[in-house]
Amino acid sequence: MSSGDPPPFFRHRHLLGIEGLVPPEISLILDLSEVYVEQNRRADKKQALLRGRTIINLFFEASTRTSTSFVLAGKRLGADVIEMSVSSSSIRKGETVIDTAMTLNAMHPDVLVVRHPESGAVKLLSEKVNCAVINAGDGSHEHPTQALLDALTIRRRKGRLHGLKVAICGDILHSRVARSNIHLLNIMGAQVRVVAPRTLLPRAVERLGVEVFHRMEDGIDGCDIVMMLRLQTERMQGTYFPSIREYFHFFGLDYEKLNRASADALIMHPGPMNRGVEIDSVVADDIGRSAIREQVEMGVAVRMACLDLLARSDIEHDPRNV
Amino acid sequence: MTVKSEAAMRVAYVGARLLDPASNLDNAGGLITEGEHIVDLGPHVIADGLSSDIEIVDCRGLCLAPGLVDIRVQLREPGEEHKGTLASGGRAATAGGITSMVCLPNTRPVIDDVSVVEFVARRARLLGLTKVYPYAAVTKGLDGSDLAEMGMLAEAGAVAFTDGVKAVANAKLMRQALLYARTFDLLIVEHPEEPTLAAGGAMNAGEVATRLGLVGIPREAEVIMVERDIHLVRMTGGRLHFSHLSTAAAIDAVRQAKASGLAITCDTAPPYFALNEHAVGEYRTFAKLSPPLRTEEDRMAVILGLLDGTIDAIASDHAPEDEDAKRLPFAQAAFGGIGLETLLAISLSLYHNGHLSMLDVLRLITCKPASLMGLPAGRLTKGGRADLTVFDPERPWQIREHELYSKSKNTPFDYRPVQGRVVMTVVDGRRVFTLDG
Repeated sequence: MSSGDPPPFFRHRHLLGIEGLVPPEISLILDLSEVYVEQNRRADKKQALLRGRTIINLFFEASTRTSTSFVLAGKRLGADVIEMSVSSSSIRKGETVIDTAMTLNAMHPDVLVVRHPESGAVKLLSEKVNCAVINAGDGSHEHPTQALLDALTIRRRKGRLHGLKVAICGDILHSRVARSNIHLLNIMGAQVRVVAPRTLLPRAVERLGVEVFHRMEDGIDGCDIVMMLRLQTERMQGTYFPSIREYFHFFGLDYEKLNRASADALIMHPGPMNRGVEIDSVVADDIGRSAIREQVEMGVAVRMACLDLLARSDIEHDPRNV
Repeated sequence: MTVKSEAAMRVAYVGARLLDPASNLDNAGGLITEGEHIVDLGPHVIADGLSSDIEIVDCRGLCLAPGLVDIRVQLREPGEEHKGTLASGGRAATAGGITSMVCLPNTRPVIDDVSVVEFVARRARLLGLTKVYPYAAVTKGLDGSDLAEMGMLAEAGAVAFTDGVKAVANAKLMRQALLYARTFDLLIVEHPEEPTLAAGGAMNAGEVATRLGLVGIPREAEVIMVERDIHLVRMTGGRLHFSHLSTAAAIDAVRQAKASGLAITCDTAPPYFALNEHAVGEYRTFAKLSPPLRTEEDRMAVILGLLDGTIDAIASDHAPEDEDAKRLPFAQAAFGGIGLETLLAISLSLYHNGHLSMLDVLRLITCKPASLMGLPAGRLTKGGRADLTVFDPERPWQIREHELYSKSKNTPFDYRPVQGRVVMTVVDGRRVFTLDG
């Protein structure tokens, strides 16, 4: 596959989540992302594939890295990229997500990249517009491009996804990253564990096809991947654990706990990291084991692949294509 | 010249299947009204032999039953007329065969003052549609801190007391309310949901909420409040009614409390025996109800509670919400669904699915709710008010929100095929609704 070829067929009109995708679709995105990883490492990073197309980044929630990653992805494909931060303007004037969607839709964008603090809001918005919509994170629901970039990182380091033991640790309750990763890794045949205090696990999480642990030492035992999550204190109302000190003691990743994982276990974190809260700085910065920087790099490539597939695929406006 | 007023006219409804659950009547026959009252009914009322000045309505074998009695309705007037009014609610109710309804006090202003009770009663009387009886608030302003003037509100016409869509969270205040209400033999109605456990929740806590990334309301929020209140009833000797029970555990708690002789009753609403949490699908806000739709196991427990008599009545739990309140991300959307026009059809699914007899279904939506609230309604008796429903129990139709009379269209049953349709509704002898004209 090369980036100049016509885009492969992708049966979805939007990318709203990982749930519902099938293995060949995930592999397709990852394979195309590989092409863009190479392009991004060249001096001349820019192409004209999406020349004339307009991408609007619509963020109802503050974000730096995801937003920047999508902007770079769009620009490197030659699209016009507009950034809109709605959290501070229209919402305060009483405009709803639907109003915003309709307004932007009238400007004929080709892709809307949307982040919203409420689960399901991006889907609601996608029903009101004529263009493709990419979910850049909705509440505690899904963050599909994060799971895809994690998968790309893992696949490049480990050569596969199938059969790997992956521990996702920390604030599962509030994490859209965890949900998307659980779906993706399950779809691709990995064995997924979640590790958290009971207060940070949603009800019936085992029904998502994961093994549940409440002790880090047991949860990451023999794992190939240790994926740490950020504590989403902004989503927490009330007490979920007694103190940061206690949380780090039991659930923070340090070398002592990491020793239980496989000797070549890869450490991941979607960022931004709370150093000394969910992960020890020394571990986070361990070049040999930490893939955290690489995740950021893969993010741009994966988002280029997603934009390419959705902006260039000519799918009829058919409600079955979701 | 004498003018014969319509109210004094005699009308004979003949050729009907007469159904009166209060007297276990299920017979072919007819019924005669004169003015506002029923003057005769039974198998002997047939078209032949009636004097020529009687208007004859041929019911063509349709069911003729007491007008339905709905004890949990939000009408939104005064204060939120853009969502619903006494008039729009009245039209929707008559289209649903409901001839008496009890409305919640969570209006703006709150029904916690004699003048608001009188306003609602007077407006409804002037409209002449379905009869409206108001609940009044247990606490002033529904704020959960001071008791409303329950005695005077009852004198003004409040049939029972409730804080509407909120539980009385303060246990001591609930104890005082039950004790004080006992002084006047008044009924307290509770929305059983422990508020701190339910805070921030949008749907039933469980696998579906976890998949959708929504904050769940645990089923325990309901049973904890039910069990607390049962203890308070035991302590005070008060009378308490739980609204819209939705969980197996809460129904079981009520079952045991009733067996121990406490004055506790309860109802449920159609969504809780006809739908489960999967109706939320992918963030369908019309299925965002309070209490939330529960698991299939809970749904079956609700049906069992209706079968064994633990649940005393079915109420529509009509909660109109306009588009602005529902066309939002799921967590931000308002709770509630409309239900006046679908009450009979969804309730009849209990009959069509073989769970209950026709009379038993009707009992839950006529005489039982009427007797719970002490209303002069829900039965067919000579000399009684001529509040009637004529319906075809077999007629199939599909519920479509845009075809409903309700001002707001937020039905959780949109697109659902159902069986059983109201053909005519009579209030005080006047035909207030006729299907297809």
